[in-house]
Amino acid sequence: MADTLERTKKDFTSDQEPRWCPGCGDYAILAAVQSFMPELGVAPENTVFVSGIGCSGRFTYYMDTYGFHGIHGRAPAIATGIATARPDLTVWVVTGDGDALSIGGNHLIHALRRNVNLKILMFNNQIYGLTKGQYSPTSEVGKVTKSTPFGSVDRPFDPVALALGAAATFVARTIDNDRKHLTDVLREAAEHPGAAFVEIYQNCNVFNDGAFDLLRDKSQGPHNQIRLVHGEPIVFDEGTRCVRLAANGRLEIAAVADTDPAQIITHDVHGPPSLAFTLAQLSQGPTEPTCIGVFREVQRTTYGEAVHDQIARARERSGDGDLEALLTGGDTWSV
Amino acid sequence: MSTTVEQRERVVVRFAGDSGDGMQLTGDRFTSATALLGNDLATLPDFPAEIRAPAGTVHGVSAFQIQFASTDVTTPGDHADVLVAMNPAALKADLPTVVRGGTLILNEDAFQQRNLDKAGYEADPRTDGSLDGYQVYSVPMTSITVRAVEPVGVGKKEAERAKNMFALGLVSWMYDRPTAPTLEWLERKFGGKPEILDANVAAFNAGYNFGETTELFAHRVEVKAAPAEPGTYRNIAGAQALAWGLIAASRASGLPLFYASYPITPASDLLHELSRHKHFGVITVQAEDEIAAANMALGAAFTGQLAVTGTSGPGLDLKAETIGLAVITELPMIIVDVQRAGPSTGMPTKTEQGDLLAAMFGRHGESPIPIIASSTPSGCFDVVLDAARVAIRYRTPVIVLSDSFLQNSSEPWRLPDASSIERIDPHFAQPNGAVFHPYARNEDGARPWAIPGTAGLQHRIGGLEREDVTGAISYDADNHERMTDLRREKVAGIATSLPPLEVDDPTGDADLLVLGWGSTAGSIRAAVRRARDSGEKVAHAHLRWLNPMPSNTGDVVRRYPRVLIPEINEGQLALLIRARFLIDALSFSRVQGRPLWADELDDAIEEALRG
Repeated sequence: MADTLERTKKDFTSDQEPRWCPGCGDYAILAAVQSFMPELGVAPENTVFVSGIGCSGRFTYYMDTYGFHGIHGRAPAIATGIATARPDLTVWVVTGDGDALSIGGNHLIHALRRNVNLKILMFNNQIYGLTKGQYSPTSEVGKVTKSTPFGSVDRPFDPVALALGAAATFVARTIDNDRKHLTDVLREAAEHPGAAFVEIYQNCNVFNDGAFDLLRDKSQGPHNQIRLVHGEPIVFDEGTRCVRLAANGRLEIAAVADTDPAQIITHDVHGPPSLAFTLAQLSQGPTEPTCIGVFREVQRTTYGEAVHDQIARARERSGDGDLEALLTGGDTWSV
Repeated sequence: MSTTVEQRERVVVRFAGDSGDGMQLTGDRFTSATALLGNDLATLPDFPAEIRAPAGTVHGVSAFQIQFASTDVTTPGDHADVLVAMNPAALKADLPTVVRGGTLILNEDAFQQRNLDKAGYEADPRTDGSLDGYQVYSVPMTSITVRAVEPVGVGKKEAERAKNMFALGLVSWMYDRPTAPTLEWLERKFGGKPEILDANVAAFNAGYNFGETTELFAHRVEVKAAPAEPGTYRNIAGAQALAWGLIAASRASGLPLFYASYPITPASDLLHELSRHKHFGVITVQAEDEIAAANMALGAAFTGQLAVTGTSGPGLDLKAETIGLAVITELPMIIVDVQRAGPSTGMPTKTEQGDLLAAMFGRHGESPIPIIASSTPSGCFDVVLDAARVAIRYRTPVIVLSDSFLQNSSEPWRLPDASSIERIDPHFAQPNGAVFHPYARNEDGARPWAIPGTAGLQHRIGGLEREDVTGAISYDADNHERMTDLRREKVAGIATSLPPLEVDDPTGDADLLVLGWGSTAGSIRAAVRRARDSGEKVAHAHLRWLNPMPSNTGDVVRRYPRVLIPEINEGQLALLIRARFLIDALSFSRVQGRPLWADELDDAIEEALRG
């Protein structure tokens, strides 16, 4: 529920001192979110942050909104209860790769398929940080950690592809240290009516430092970020490379110089999910050139709307419930 | 030969057939007619876990038992006086439930070799002497039904399906039940399908007339109306009473009802019933799993709803971590556990009281929670109202224990006056200019319930230990101990608001106290009454709140030389009573997936008195 009151970052900043490791990517995300919240025109008391367990879980304590720090993996379920019961609230979920994709994978996909009006920020650092360094469901194959001294053997999820597969209506990816891109994506997510899933590449400088260097690093990033912009041809690496349609019908990365401009894919966030899904699978992100930005944005009735609409229609049909009539309806007899 | 009319005080009738034979429906309609006649009654549906087990087999037998009487009825009856068996499998499965000398009404058409084989009979029980000592009536129900339905012009299959109505008509005649309620019900149900309606009416009338005109049945039985308190009555099963009680609690508190649940036998009926009442503003969510259901409810509780999740044993295990979160966040929430026979999947359609200790202790850490249990189907209504009252007043999750038997069983219920249900004030926190302390407590030990949307009361809660008063995260050693104490004291303190444990002890000097909880109340009452009739001095008390127990519970159990605790588990309440009050309570335990029988309690009482 938007209003026109002037607010500042301070209105969304709680009195708690953030306690992440110095240099953690979470600080940058927190600062971006706190700074961006006033733009939405939603009062702090009408905003709820819900988090799970992991380093990201602490996020709720630093926002001066209503907050619920839940249990491991269940934040989307708690948030579904909040958003379904009270569609007047703006509900954000802050989660991590282990929280959202491992222990809480089921709740994530169901919140997305139901299109619950939630803004889900998934901090992906490809590691379990709070438990001090085990591989996560987004860690690359062969990851050497405390629990996998000989390297992990299981294939990781691509969070964007997973969200698309779960029929999410808004799916995006951004990077913790790119304040402008991060804020732009958050803005689009906030404006989306329905479930918005945002994967944020987040550097864990203690247990998985440099995992996203190819994309985060000032010198490498510009060459490897494939920035998706709706309605524009997908071109990156300072205009030298592009995503084009290959002869076999698949998408491939190629040099612009070698490509007929008609073959360059124009990004479309509203079309069928096949393009977004293919873009998500284009490369071995984040160790190869990787798409960031909004992959998909489509409109569908939100879960809360559908639930309350059904109640409204039942009341139109039968009138507001009458307890006396309920109790005495059907076969009764008097003594 | 003219028919004689025999007066009886009480009768137990059991309808049994294939799961597809419509026995539950038959029983249900017989119950309605019986209720309208003014008999007191209790019912017990007994169905297999399989939806459609192979037809004609013992696994597929579905039964419905009803006891009705001209005096008060406390149980569906240990044993049946009359068994209606629609096929050999039903006879095989349920003959052991029939009293010696009882009446068997068999569907003769179904007793063919093929069905006898499927039921596992080596010889026809009707002719090999195994039914000697019973009154056996063999009635060709299927073929008479088909003939009666013929003029309606439905197919043979539809005609045969109506045989349950023939059985209902026949038994209705035998017990002089009014026919109008059944005919009116058929009209309502099949009004839109005239042929099916006509077929069922024809079958029902054929059954009734068969009793009236054949000379097969020597007599019919009359059971007069039971004396009852003046008022308006209806027949109600536990599942419906639970659902309606939750709706009543929503109305009484002004809080919208939010019910999240995952399908599980036998708790699904609660989801089904509540989802029909959207015009009461009820939100029902069929969650992706048990854990999600609990968390959705807890999220809704945070926003100021009357939040409820329902489940059965396996689901209670899955919800345990979330219930712990509700304990530490101190939010009002109701968890309904419709107990079934465990462990694990156990016997999903069969009853048990095996979850008491799981409700008490089934979470990690010190995690106290109020627990209330209903003792009758209709009592579920008041039990959830009280659960809501306590949850909201004390800002705590509350576990409501029901069980499969209560959920499915039904009894006449004198309707409460909806307008006289006491209001429950949620007392939401309001800003008063001072710094808001989410863990400051009132005289009940309860913290404020500040819901999103309230300006100035923004605060953060969660599973981490909180600092007393401020609610900031705290790892302080003394604070953790203080918070642990405060949570325990708050739940223990609920006892001061509970009525004392009442003891039914007419002479006041009984030699034995029988202490129970939950759905065993009826059987215990019946057994205690019989013991008194034979000159024994036996008292009965039944716990409604299991945690905390009423303040006088210790005095009550210590007052009697002997205490016997019958339960459908291996002595869970007995364990609690022995540990809490240091008395040598005797446990009587049965775990056969069925209600306790009053006659097995007779022996247990006898033994306890002599022991």
